[in-house]
Amino acid sequence: MKKLKFDWLILPALGFGAILILWTILSATVAKNLPSPAKTWEASKLYILEPFAKRGEMDQGILRFTWYSLVLVAKGYALALLVGTPLGFCLGLSRTFASIFDPIIQVLRPVSPLAWLPLGLVLFLDAGKDAGTLGALFTIAICAMWPTVLNTAVGVRAVPQDYLNVGRVLKLSRWKTLTKILIPATLPYMFTGFRLSLGIAWLVIVAAEMLTGRPGVGGFLWQEYNSLVYEHIILSIITIGIVGFVLDRLMSLLERRFKTI
Amino acid sequence: MPFLELNSVSKNFGATCVLQNLHLAIERGEFVAIVGYSGSGKTTLISLIAGLLRPDAGTIRLNDLDITAPGPDRGIVFQNYSLLPWLTVYENIALAVDQVFPNHSPEKRRQHIEKYIALVNLTPARNKKPAQLSGGMRQRVSVARALAMDPQVLLLDEPLSALDALTRAVLQDEIAQIWERDQKTVVMITNDVDEALLLADRIVPLTPGPGATLGDPVAVTLPRPRQRKALNHEPAFKHLRALVTNQLLSFGERRRTTVTSKPILPDILPENLDAPRVRRRPLRSHEIKRDEIPLGS
Repeated sequence: MKKLKFDWLILPALGFGAILILWTILSATVAKNLPSPAKTWEASKLYILEPFAKRGEMDQGILRFTWYSLVLVAKGYALALLVGTPLGFCLGLSRTFASIFDPIIQVLRPVSPLAWLPLGLVLFLDAGKDAGTLGALFTIAICAMWPTVLNTAVGVRAVPQDYLNVGRVLKLSRWKTLTKILIPATLPYMFTGFRLSLGIAWLVIVAAEMLTGRPGVGGFLWQEYNSLVYEHIILSIITIGIVGFVLDRLMSLLERRFKTI
Repeated sequence: MPFLELNSVSKNFGATCVLQNLHLAIERGEFVAIVGYSGSGKTTLISLIAGLLRPDAGTIRLNDLDITAPGPDRGIVFQNYSLLPWLTVYENIALAVDQVFPNHSPEKRRQHIEKYIALVNLTPARNKKPAQLSGGMRQRVSVARALAMDPQVLLLDEPLSALDALTRAVLQDEIAQIWERDQKTVVMITNDVDEALLLADRIVPLTPGPGATLGDPVAVTLPRPRQRKALNHEPAFKHLRALVTNQLLSFGERRRTTVTSKPILPDILPENLDAPRVRRRPLRSHEIKRDEIPLGS
Protein backbone atom coordinates (compact mmCIF):
# COMPACT_ATOMS: atom_id res chain seq x y z
CA MET A 1 0.00 0.00 0.00
CA LYS A 2 1.32 3.40 -0.92
CA LYS A 3 1.95 5.63 2.09
CA LEU A 4 -0.55 8.53 2.19
CA LYS A 5 0.68 11.98 3.05
CA PHE A 6 -1.22 12.44 6.31
CA ASP A 7 -1.07 8.86 7.51
CA TRP A 8 -0.75 9.84 11.15
CA LEU A 9 -3.99 11.85 10.93
CA ILE A 10 -6.12 9.80 8.55
CA LEU A 11 -5.69 6.38 10.13
CA PRO A 12 -6.63 7.38 13.71
CA ALA A 13 -9.49 9.48 12.28
CA LEU A 14 -10.70 6.35 10.52
CA GLY A 15 -10.56 4.53 13.86
CA PHE A 16 -12.60 7.19 15.60
CA GLY A 17 -15.08 7.24 12.74
CA ALA A 18 -15.54 3.50 12.99
CA ILE A 19 -16.21 3.78 16.73
CA LEU A 20 -18.78 6.51 16.17
CA ILE A 21 -20.58 4.40 13.58
CA LEU A 22 -20.53 1.38 15.89
CA TRP A 23 -21.88 3.54 18.72
CA THR A 24 -24.73 4.88 16.59
CA ILE A 25 -25.68 1.41 15.45
CA LEU A 26 -25.55 0.01 18.98
CA SER A 27 -27.62 2.81 20.46
CA ALA A 28 -30.19 2.43 17.72
CA THR A 29 -30.52 -1.34 17.88
CA VAL A 30 -29.14 -3.38 20.79
CA ALA A 31 -28.68 -0.88 23.64
CA LYS A 32 -31.79 1.24 23.53
CA ASN A 33 -30.84 3.09 26.70
CA LEU A 34 -27.45 4.19 25.36
CA PRO A 35 -27.72 7.73 23.98
CA SER A 36 -26.63 8.09 20.37
CA PRO A 37 -23.69 10.35 19.45
CA ALA A 38 -26.06 12.97 18.10
CA LYS A 39 -28.05 13.14 21.32
CA THR A 40 -24.86 13.21 23.39
CA TRP A 41 -23.54 16.15 21.43
CA GLU A 42 -26.86 17.97 21.72
CA ALA A 43 -26.96 17.61 25.51
CA SER A 44 -23.24 18.31 26.06
CA LYS A 45 -22.88 21.25 23.70
CA LEU A 46 -23.23 23.79 26.46
CA TYR A 47 -20.63 22.19 28.68
CA ILE A 48 -18.09 21.82 25.90
CA LEU A 49 -18.55 25.15 24.19
CA GLU A 50 -18.43 27.10 27.45
CA PRO A 51 -15.78 25.09 29.23
CA PHE A 52 -15.00 27.63 31.91
CA ALA A 53 -18.50 28.85 32.76
CA LYS A 54 -19.77 28.49 36.31
CA ARG A 55 -23.51 28.41 36.58
CA GLY A 56 -23.82 26.50 39.83
CA GLU A 57 -21.79 24.20 42.04
CA MET A 58 -22.52 21.14 39.96
CA ASP A 59 -23.25 22.90 36.71
CA GLN A 60 -19.95 24.17 35.38
CA GLY A 61 -18.07 24.00 32.12
CA ILE A 62 -16.25 20.72 31.53
CA LEU A 63 -12.76 22.18 31.81
CA ARG A 64 -13.54 23.71 35.18
CA PHE A 65 -14.49 20.31 36.50
CA THR A 66 -11.29 18.92 35.01
CA TRP A 67 -9.30 21.65 36.74
CA TYR A 68 -10.73 20.74 40.17
CA SER A 69 -9.83 17.10 39.63
CA LEU A 70 -6.35 17.92 38.40
CA VAL A 71 -5.57 20.09 41.41
CA LEU A 72 -6.41 17.24 43.74
CA VAL A 73 -4.49 14.74 41.63
CA ALA A 74 -1.44 16.99 41.67
CA LYS A 75 -1.38 17.14 45.46
CA GLY A 76 -2.03 13.43 45.94
CA TYR A 77 0.50 12.46 43.26
CA ALA A 78 3.20 14.67 44.77
CA LEU A 79 2.58 13.00 48.13
CA ALA A 80 2.77 9.55 46.53
CA LEU A 81 6.12 10.36 44.91
CA LEU A 82 7.57 11.98 48.03
CA VAL A 83 6.77 8.94 50.13
CA GLY A 84 7.27 6.29 47.47
CA THR A 85 10.69 7.20 46.06
CA PRO A 86 12.68 7.01 49.34
CA LEU A 87 10.76 3.87 50.23
CA GLY A 88 11.76 2.35 46.90
CA PHE A 89 15.41 3.26 47.45
CA CYS A 90 15.41 1.67 50.89
CA LEU A 91 13.78 -1.46 49.49
CA GLY A 92 16.36 -1.72 46.73
CA LEU A 93 19.44 -0.98 48.80
CA SER A 94 18.86 -3.15 51.84
CA ARG A 95 17.95 -6.83 51.66
CA THR A 96 16.86 -6.79 55.28
CA PHE A 97 14.49 -3.90 54.70
CA ALA A 98 13.09 -5.70 51.68
CA SER A 99 12.49 -8.91 53.65
CA ILE A 100 10.70 -6.97 56.37
CA PHE A 101 8.49 -4.77 54.24
CA ASP A 102 7.93 -6.70 51.05
CA PRO A 103 5.06 -8.89 52.38
CA ILE A 104 3.30 -5.79 53.73
CA ILE A 105 3.61 -4.03 50.38
CA GLN A 106 2.38 -7.07 48.48
CA VAL A 107 -0.69 -7.22 50.73
CA LEU A 108 -1.49 -3.50 50.49
CA ARG A 109 -0.93 -3.25 46.76
CA PRO A 110 -4.03 -5.03 45.41
CA VAL A 111 -6.44 -3.11 47.65
CA SER A 112 -8.79 -1.05 45.47
CA PRO A 113 -9.15 2.71 45.99
CA LEU A 114 -12.81 2.14 46.67
CA ALA A 115 -11.79 0.24 49.79
CA TRP A 116 -9.25 2.82 50.92
CA LEU A 117 -11.58 5.80 50.63
CA PRO A 118 -13.90 5.02 53.58
CA LEU A 119 -10.81 4.39 55.72
CA GLY A 120 -9.42 7.73 54.62
CA LEU A 121 -12.64 9.49 55.53
CA VAL A 122 -12.68 7.83 58.94
CA LEU A 123 -9.06 8.80 59.62
CA PHE A 124 -9.81 12.46 59.03
CA LEU A 125 -13.24 12.49 60.63
CA ASP A 126 -12.15 15.16 63.09
CA ALA A 127 -10.98 17.49 60.35
CA GLY A 128 -14.52 18.71 59.78
CA LYS A 129 -14.86 20.46 56.47
CA ASP A 130 -11.61 19.19 55.03
CA ALA A 131 -12.32 15.52 55.76
CA GLY A 132 -13.37 14.87 52.18
CA THR A 133 -10.28 16.49 50.66
CA LEU A 134 -7.86 14.88 53.07
CA GLY A 135 -9.51 11.49 52.67
CA ALA A 136 -9.26 11.76 48.91
CA LEU A 137 -5.59 12.81 49.11
CA PHE A 138 -4.82 9.88 51.39
CA THR A 139 -6.52 7.49 48.98
CA ILE A 140 -4.70 8.85 45.93
CA ALA A 141 -1.34 8.72 47.70
CA ILE A 142 -1.68 5.21 49.00
CA CYS A 143 -2.96 3.77 45.74
CA ALA A 144 -0.59 5.61 43.39
CA MET A 145 2.51 4.92 45.49
CA TRP A 146 3.12 1.30 44.60
CA PRO A 147 4.40 1.47 41.00
CA THR A 148 6.92 4.13 42.05
CA VAL A 149 8.07 2.06 45.02
CA LEU A 150 8.47 -1.18 43.12
CA ASN A 151 10.04 0.26 39.97
CA THR A 152 12.52 2.33 41.98
CA ALA A 153 13.48 -0.76 43.98
CA VAL A 154 14.01 -2.77 40.80
CA GLY A 155 16.02 0.08 39.30
CA VAL A 156 18.31 0.35 42.32
CA ARG A 157 18.98 -3.38 42.28
CA ALA A 158 19.72 -3.20 38.55
CA VAL A 159 22.54 -0.65 38.90
CA PRO A 160 25.59 -2.40 37.39
CA GLN A 161 28.17 -3.45 39.94
CA ASP A 162 30.82 -1.74 37.80
CA TYR A 163 29.46 1.72 38.60
CA LEU A 164 29.37 0.89 42.29
CA ASN A 165 32.96 -0.36 42.04
CA VAL A 166 33.96 2.99 40.55
CA GLY A 167 32.36 4.64 43.57
CA ARG A 168 34.21 2.29 45.93
CA VAL A 169 37.59 2.89 44.28
CA LEU A 170 37.06 6.64 44.49
CA LYS A 171 35.97 6.27 48.10
CA LEU A 172 32.76 8.26 47.50
CA SER A 173 30.73 9.00 50.61
CA ARG A 174 27.30 7.38 50.91
CA TRP A 175 25.55 10.61 50.03
CA LYS A 176 27.74 11.15 46.94
CA THR A 177 27.23 7.55 45.82
CA LEU A 178 23.49 8.13 46.10
CA THR A 179 23.37 11.42 44.22
CA LYS A 180 26.11 10.86 41.66
CA ILE A 181 25.71 7.20 40.83
CA LEU A 182 22.53 5.61 42.18
CA ILE A 183 19.98 8.29 41.30
CA PRO A 184 21.13 8.93 37.71
CA ALA A 185 21.41 5.19 37.09
CA THR A 186 17.93 4.52 38.49
CA LEU A 187 16.21 7.46 36.77
CA PRO A 188 14.82 5.52 33.77
CA TYR A 189 13.19 2.99 36.08
CA MET A 190 11.92 5.77 38.33
CA PHE A 191 10.27 7.47 35.38
CA THR A 192 8.48 4.26 34.44
CA GLY A 193 7.15 4.16 37.98
CA PHE A 194 6.14 7.82 37.81
CA ARG A 195 4.16 7.30 34.63
CA LEU A 196 2.32 4.30 36.02
CA SER A 197 1.65 6.15 39.27
CA LEU A 198 0.18 9.10 37.37
CA GLY A 199 -2.19 6.81 35.54
CA ILE A 200 -3.34 5.26 38.79
CA ALA A 201 -3.70 8.64 40.51
CA TRP A 202 -6.00 9.88 37.75
CA LEU A 203 -8.05 6.69 38.00
CA VAL A 204 -8.37 7.04 41.74
CA ILE A 205 -9.52 10.66 41.70
CA VAL A 206 -12.50 9.80 39.56
CA ALA A 207 -13.50 7.02 41.94
CA ALA A 208 -12.92 9.23 44.97
CA GLU A 209 -15.04 12.02 43.55
CA MET A 210 -17.84 9.67 42.68
CA LEU A 211 -17.96 8.33 46.21
CA THR A 212 -17.72 11.66 47.97
CA GLY A 213 -19.68 13.82 45.53
CA ARG A 214 -17.03 16.51 45.26
CA PRO A 215 -17.13 18.85 42.25
CA GLY A 216 -14.90 17.41 39.56
CA VAL A 217 -15.25 15.13 36.59
CA GLY A 218 -16.17 12.09 38.67
CA GLY A 219 -18.61 14.03 40.81
CA PHE A 220 -20.24 15.47 37.71
CA LEU A 221 -20.56 11.97 36.27
CA TRP A 222 -22.27 10.54 39.34
CA GLN A 223 -24.53 13.51 39.75
CA GLU A 224 -25.71 13.37 36.18
CA TYR A 225 -26.37 9.66 36.57
CA ASN A 226 -28.56 10.42 39.51
CA SER A 227 -30.28 13.19 37.55
CA LEU A 228 -31.02 10.76 34.72
CA VAL A 229 -29.06 12.83 32.19
CA TYR A 230 -27.17 9.90 30.69
CA GLU A 231 -25.53 11.85 27.88
CA HIS A 232 -23.29 13.55 30.39
CA ILE A 233 -22.00 10.21 31.61
CA ILE A 234 -20.55 9.61 28.18
CA LEU A 235 -19.20 13.16 28.06
CA SER A 236 -17.44 12.57 31.38
CA ILE A 237 -15.99 9.26 30.23
CA ILE A 238 -14.58 10.83 27.10
CA THR A 239 -13.14 13.73 29.11
CA ILE A 240 -11.53 11.39 31.63
CA GLY A 241 -9.96 9.40 28.83
CA ILE A 242 -8.60 12.43 26.99
CA VAL A 243 -7.16 14.04 30.11
CA GLY A 244 -5.51 10.75 31.11
CA PHE A 245 -3.92 10.49 27.67
CA VAL A 246 -2.66 14.08 27.82
CA LEU A 247 -1.16 13.52 31.27
CA ASP A 248 0.65 10.43 30.06
CA ARG A 249 2.03 12.31 27.09
CA LEU A 250 3.25 15.16 29.31
CA MET A 251 4.98 12.64 31.54
CA SER A 252 6.75 11.04 28.62
CA LEU A 253 7.91 14.46 27.37
CA LEU A 254 9.31 15.13 30.84
CA GLU A 255 11.03 11.77 30.76
CA ARG A 256 12.71 12.57 27.48
CA ARG A 257 13.86 15.91 28.82
CA PHE A 258 15.54 14.36 31.87
CA LYS A 259 16.85 11.24 30.21
CA THR A 260 20.21 10.26 31.67
CA ILE A 261 20.93 6.98 29.97
CA MET B 1 61.00 -4.70 50.86
CA PRO B 2 58.95 -5.00 47.67
CA PHE B 3 56.54 -2.23 46.85
CA LEU B 4 53.55 -4.50 46.24
CA GLU B 5 53.58 -7.94 47.78
CA LEU B 6 51.18 -10.87 47.61
CA ASN B 7 51.85 -13.60 50.15
CA SER B 8 50.14 -16.98 49.95
CA VAL B 9 46.94 -15.39 48.72
CA SER B 10 43.96 -17.66 48.15
CA LYS B 11 40.41 -16.88 47.13
CA ASN B 12 37.37 -19.15 47.05
CA PHE B 13 33.94 -18.46 45.66
CA GLY B 14 31.65 -20.76 47.56
CA ALA B 15 33.01 -24.27 47.16
CA THR B 16 35.26 -23.47 44.18
CA CYS B 17 38.83 -22.50 44.81
CA VAL B 18 39.59 -19.82 42.23
CA LEU B 19 43.11 -18.77 43.22
CA GLN B 20 45.48 -20.57 45.52
CA ASN B 21 48.85 -19.87 47.04
CA LEU B 22 49.77 -16.77 45.05
CA HIS B 23 53.18 -15.26 45.63
CA LEU B 24 54.11 -12.07 43.84
CA ALA B 25 56.58 -9.32 44.67
CA ILE B 26 56.62 -6.16 42.56
CA GLU B 27 59.18 -3.38 42.85
CA ARG B 28 58.34 0.29 42.54
CA GLY B 29 58.28 1.43 38.93
CA GLU B 30 58.04 -2.09 37.54
CA PHE B 31 55.65 -3.03 34.75
CA VAL B 32 54.37 -6.54 35.39
CA ALA B 33 52.12 -8.38 32.95
CA ILE B 34 50.07 -11.35 34.05
CA VAL B 35 49.09 -13.59 31.15
CA GLY B 36 46.67 -16.45 31.30
CA TYR B 37 43.72 -18.23 29.81
CA SER B 38 40.21 -16.81 30.00
CA GLY B 39 38.37 -17.78 33.10
CA SER B 40 41.49 -18.51 35.11
CA GLY B 41 40.78 -15.86 37.70
CA LYS B 42 42.65 -12.87 36.30
CA THR B 43 39.90 -10.38 37.14
CA THR B 44 39.66 -11.91 40.62
CA LEU B 45 43.40 -11.33 41.04
CA ILE B 46 43.14 -7.69 40.02
CA SER B 47 40.11 -7.18 42.25
CA LEU B 48 42.09 -8.61 45.17
CA ILE B 49 44.98 -6.22 44.56
CA ALA B 50 42.58 -3.31 44.17
CA GLY B 51 40.87 -4.20 47.43
CA LEU B 52 37.44 -4.80 45.90
CA LEU B 53 37.62 -8.38 47.23
CA ARG B 54 39.23 -9.66 50.42
CA PRO B 55 41.45 -12.74 50.19
CA ASP B 56 40.44 -15.83 52.12
CA ALA B 57 44.03 -16.54 53.10
CA GLY B 58 47.29 -14.66 52.86
CA THR B 59 48.05 -10.95 52.78
CA ILE B 60 48.43 -8.28 50.16
CA ARG B 61 50.63 -5.39 51.19
CA LEU B 62 51.26 -2.12 49.44
CA ASN B 63 54.13 -0.08 50.82
CA ASP B 64 54.11 -2.30 53.89
CA LEU B 65 50.45 -1.61 54.66
CA ASP B 66 47.77 -4.27 54.36
CA ILE B 67 45.22 -3.65 51.65
CA THR B 68 41.76 -3.97 53.13
CA ALA B 69 39.55 -1.67 51.06
CA PRO B 70 39.60 -0.10 47.61
CA GLY B 71 41.02 3.36 47.27
CA PRO B 72 42.32 5.88 44.75
CA ASP B 73 45.93 4.93 45.49
CA ARG B 74 45.30 1.80 43.43
CA GLY B 75 43.86 3.12 40.19
CA ILE B 76 42.06 0.44 38.24
CA VAL B 77 41.10 0.43 34.57
CA PHE B 78 38.19 -1.98 34.29
CA GLN B 79 37.72 -4.38 31.44
CA ASN B 80 34.34 -2.79 30.65
CA TYR B 81 35.69 0.76 31.00
CA SER B 82 33.00 1.54 33.63
CA LEU B 83 32.43 5.11 32.53
CA LEU B 84 29.29 6.70 33.97
CA PRO B 85 27.11 7.15 30.89
CA TRP B 86 25.35 10.30 32.05
CA LEU B 87 28.59 12.24 32.50
CA THR B 88 30.77 13.67 29.75
CA VAL B 89 34.44 12.72 29.40
CA TYR B 90 35.48 15.80 31.37
CA GLU B 91 32.93 15.14 34.11
CA ASN B 92 33.92 11.47 34.44
CA ILE B 93 37.53 12.43 35.09
CA ALA B 94 36.43 15.38 37.23
CA LEU B 95 34.55 12.97 39.49
CA ALA B 96 37.82 11.21 40.27
CA VAL B 97 39.93 14.36 40.54
CA ASP B 98 37.47 16.21 42.79
CA GLN B 99 37.39 13.22 45.06
CA VAL B 100 41.16 12.73 45.27
CA PHE B 101 42.24 16.38 45.39
CA PRO B 102 39.47 18.16 47.29
CA ASN B 103 41.83 20.79 48.66
CA HIS B 104 43.14 21.99 45.34
CA SER B 105 41.61 25.15 43.85
CA PRO B 106 39.05 24.63 41.06
CA GLU B 107 41.46 26.17 38.55
CA LYS B 108 44.24 23.78 39.49
CA ARG B 109 41.88 20.82 39.25
CA ARG B 110 40.67 21.99 35.86
CA GLN B 111 44.22 22.18 34.56
CA HIS B 112 44.96 18.73 35.96
CA ILE B 113 41.96 17.24 34.17
CA GLU B 114 42.77 18.99 30.90
CA LYS B 115 46.34 17.72 31.13
CA TYR B 116 45.25 14.12 31.35
CA ILE B 117 42.64 14.50 28.62
CA ALA B 118 45.38 15.87 26.37
CA LEU B 119 47.66 13.01 27.42
CA VAL B 120 45.29 10.48 25.89
CA ASN B 121 44.63 12.70 22.86
CA LEU B 122 40.95 13.29 23.56
CA THR B 123 40.76 17.07 23.88
CA PRO B 124 38.29 17.50 20.98
CA ALA B 125 35.97 14.99 22.61
CA ARG B 126 36.05 16.33 26.14
CA ASN B 127 32.36 17.27 26.19
CA LYS B 128 31.02 14.10 24.66
CA LYS B 129 29.14 11.40 26.52
CA PRO B 130 30.54 7.83 26.47
CA ALA B 131 27.76 6.69 24.15
CA GLN B 132 29.15 9.04 21.49
CA LEU B 133 32.65 7.59 21.71
CA SER B 134 34.21 4.53 20.11
CA GLY B 135 35.55 1.66 22.20
CA GLY B 136 39.13 2.83 21.91
CA MET B 137 38.22 6.34 22.99
CA ARG B 138 36.26 5.04 25.96
CA GLN B 139 39.25 2.99 27.03
CA ARG B 140 41.45 6.06 26.77
CA VAL B 141 39.06 7.99 29.03
CA SER B 142 39.20 5.12 31.50
CA VAL B 143 43.02 5.22 31.46
CA ALA B 144 43.00 9.02 31.83
CA ARG B 145 40.66 8.74 34.82
CA ALA B 146 42.88 6.14 36.48
CA LEU B 147 46.01 8.22 35.89
CA ALA B 148 44.39 11.47 37.00
CA MET B 149 43.91 9.94 40.44
CA ASP B 150 47.71 9.87 40.69
CA PRO B 151 47.73 6.31 42.01
CA GLN B 152 50.65 4.48 43.48
CA VAL B 153 49.83 1.37 41.50
CA LEU B 154 48.01 1.29 38.17
CA LEU B 155 45.96 -1.85 37.63
CA LEU B 156 44.89 -2.68 34.09
CA ASP B 157 42.31 -5.44 33.77
CA GLU B 158 42.56 -6.68 30.16
CA PRO B 159 42.32 -3.08 29.00
CA LEU B 160 42.58 -3.78 25.28
CA SER B 161 40.86 -7.12 24.83
CA ALA B 162 37.53 -5.64 23.72
CA LEU B 163 39.11 -3.67 20.88
CA ASP B 164 40.02 -4.52 17.31
CA ALA B 165 43.63 -5.39 16.50
CA LEU B 166 44.50 -2.05 14.90
CA THR B 167 43.19 0.05 17.80
CA ARG B 168 45.01 -2.31 20.15
CA ALA B 169 48.31 -1.56 18.43
CA VAL B 170 47.73 2.20 18.71
CA LEU B 171 46.74 2.03 22.36
CA GLN B 172 49.63 -0.29 23.26
CA ASP B 173 52.02 2.35 21.95
CA GLU B 174 50.16 5.04 23.91
CA ILE B 175 50.36 3.04 27.12
CA ALA B 176 54.08 2.50 26.54
CA GLN B 177 54.60 6.24 26.02
CA ILE B 178 52.54 7.17 29.08
CA TRP B 179 54.46 4.72 31.21
CA GLU B 180 57.79 6.11 30.01
CA ARG B 181 56.82 9.54 31.40
CA ASP B 182 56.05 8.68 35.02
CA GLN B 183 57.41 5.14 35.41
CA LYS B 184 54.44 4.17 37.58
CA THR B 185 54.12 0.69 38.99
CA VAL B 186 51.75 -1.14 36.66
CA VAL B 187 50.12 -4.55 36.92
CA MET B 188 48.47 -5.48 33.64
CA ILE B 189 46.33 -8.49 32.93
CA THR B 190 46.35 -9.64 29.34
CA ASN B 191 45.82 -12.73 27.24
CA ASP B 192 48.10 -11.49 24.44
CA VAL B 193 51.72 -12.62 24.85
CA ASP B 194 52.99 -10.14 22.25
CA GLU B 195 51.33 -7.26 24.09
CA ALA B 196 52.96 -8.40 27.33
CA LEU B 197 56.39 -8.61 25.69
CA LEU B 198 55.95 -5.18 24.16
CA LEU B 199 55.02 -3.41 27.37
CA ALA B 200 56.22 -5.32 30.42
CA ASP B 201 59.42 -5.71 32.42
CA ARG B 202 58.31 -9.06 33.75
CA ILE B 203 55.73 -11.58 32.61
CA VAL B 204 54.08 -13.87 35.13
CA PRO B 205 51.87 -16.61 33.71
CA LEU B 206 48.71 -17.66 35.50
CA THR B 207 47.80 -21.34 35.31
CA PRO B 208 44.28 -22.14 34.13
CA GLY B 209 41.65 -22.47 36.82
CA PRO B 210 40.16 -23.68 39.04
CA GLY B 211 42.78 -23.35 41.74
CA ALA B 212 44.95 -21.15 39.55
CA THR B 213 48.39 -20.20 40.74
CA LEU B 214 51.26 -18.14 39.34
CA GLY B 215 53.88 -19.89 37.22
CA ASP B 216 57.57 -19.00 36.88
CA PRO B 217 58.07 -15.34 35.97
CA VAL B 218 59.96 -14.47 32.81
CA ALA B 219 62.06 -11.30 32.83
CA VAL B 220 61.78 -9.26 29.65
CA THR B 221 65.21 -7.82 29.05
CA LEU B 222 64.48 -6.21 25.70
CA PRO B 223 65.72 -2.62 25.55
CA ARG B 224 63.19 0.23 25.56
CA PRO B 225 61.68 1.90 23.57
CA ARG B 226 60.41 -1.25 21.87
CA GLN B 227 59.34 -0.95 18.25
CA ARG B 228 56.81 -3.54 17.17
CA LYS B 229 58.16 -3.99 13.64
CA ALA B 230 61.81 -4.20 14.67
CA LEU B 231 61.05 -6.59 17.51
CA ASN B 232 59.56 -9.17 15.20
CA HIS B 233 63.04 -9.82 13.77
CA GLU B 234 64.83 -9.73 17.07
CA PRO B 235 65.99 -13.21 18.21
CA ALA B 236 65.71 -12.32 21.90
CA PHE B 237 62.06 -11.39 21.41
CA LYS B 238 61.29 -14.60 19.55
CA HIS B 239 63.02 -16.62 22.24
CA LEU B 240 61.05 -14.97 25.02
CA ARG B 241 57.81 -15.31 23.14
CA ALA B 242 58.43 -19.01 22.57
CA LEU B 243 59.34 -19.40 26.25
CA VAL B 244 56.14 -17.79 27.55
CA THR B 245 53.88 -19.37 24.94
CA ASN B 246 55.28 -22.84 25.60
CA GLN B 247 54.77 -22.40 29.30
CA LEU B 248 51.15 -21.37 28.74
CA LEU B 249 50.53 -24.21 26.33
CA SER B 250 52.00 -26.72 28.76
CA PHE B 251 49.51 -25.49 31.38
CA GLY B 252 46.79 -25.96 28.84
CA GLU B 253 47.95 -29.47 28.01
CA ARG B 254 47.98 -30.48 31.61
CA ARG B 255 44.41 -29.32 31.80
CA ARG B 256 43.43 -31.21 28.69
CA THR B 257 44.88 -34.55 29.85
CA THR B 258 42.21 -34.73 32.45
CA VAL B 259 39.41 -34.51 29.90
CA THR B 260 37.09 -37.48 30.42
CA SER B 261 35.12 -37.69 27.18
CA LYS B 262 36.68 -39.17 24.06
CA PRO B 263 36.30 -37.02 20.97
CA ILE B 264 35.17 -38.79 17.81
CA LEU B 265 37.34 -37.81 14.87
CA PRO B 266 35.99 -37.98 11.33
CA ASP B 267 37.42 -40.64 9.04
CA ILE B 268 39.20 -38.46 6.47
CA LEU B 269 42.43 -39.24 4.70
CA PRO B 270 44.51 -36.57 2.98
CA GLU B 271 44.29 -36.58 -0.79
CA ASN B 272 47.19 -38.19 -2.64
CA LEU B 273 48.28 -35.48 -5.06
CA ASP B 274 50.90 -37.68 -6.77
CA ALA B 275 48.33 -40.11 -8.12
CA PRO B 276 47.09 -39.36 -11.66
CA ARG B 277 43.85 -37.43 -11.82
CA VAL B 278 40.98 -39.82 -12.22
CA ARG B 279 37.80 -38.44 -13.64
CA ARG B 280 35.18 -39.84 -11.37
CA ARG B 281 31.55 -39.47 -12.18
CA PRO B 282 29.65 -37.75 -9.33
CA LEU B 283 27.99 -40.13 -6.87
CA ARG B 284 24.23 -40.37 -6.87
CA SER B 285 22.60 -39.84 -3.44
CA HIS B 286 21.66 -43.50 -3.12
CA GLU B 287 25.24 -44.46 -3.78
CA ILE B 288 26.70 -42.41 -0.92
CA LYS B 289 27.84 -44.81 1.74
CA ARG B 290 26.84 -43.78 5.24
CA ASP B 291 29.64 -44.54 7.64
CA GLU B 292 28.51 -45.81 11.01
CA ILE B 293 30.99 -45.15 13.79
CA PRO B 294 30.23 -47.27 16.82
CA LEU B 295 30.31 -45.21 19.99
CA GLY B 296 32.70 -47.02 22.28
CA SER B 297 33.00 -46.47 26.00
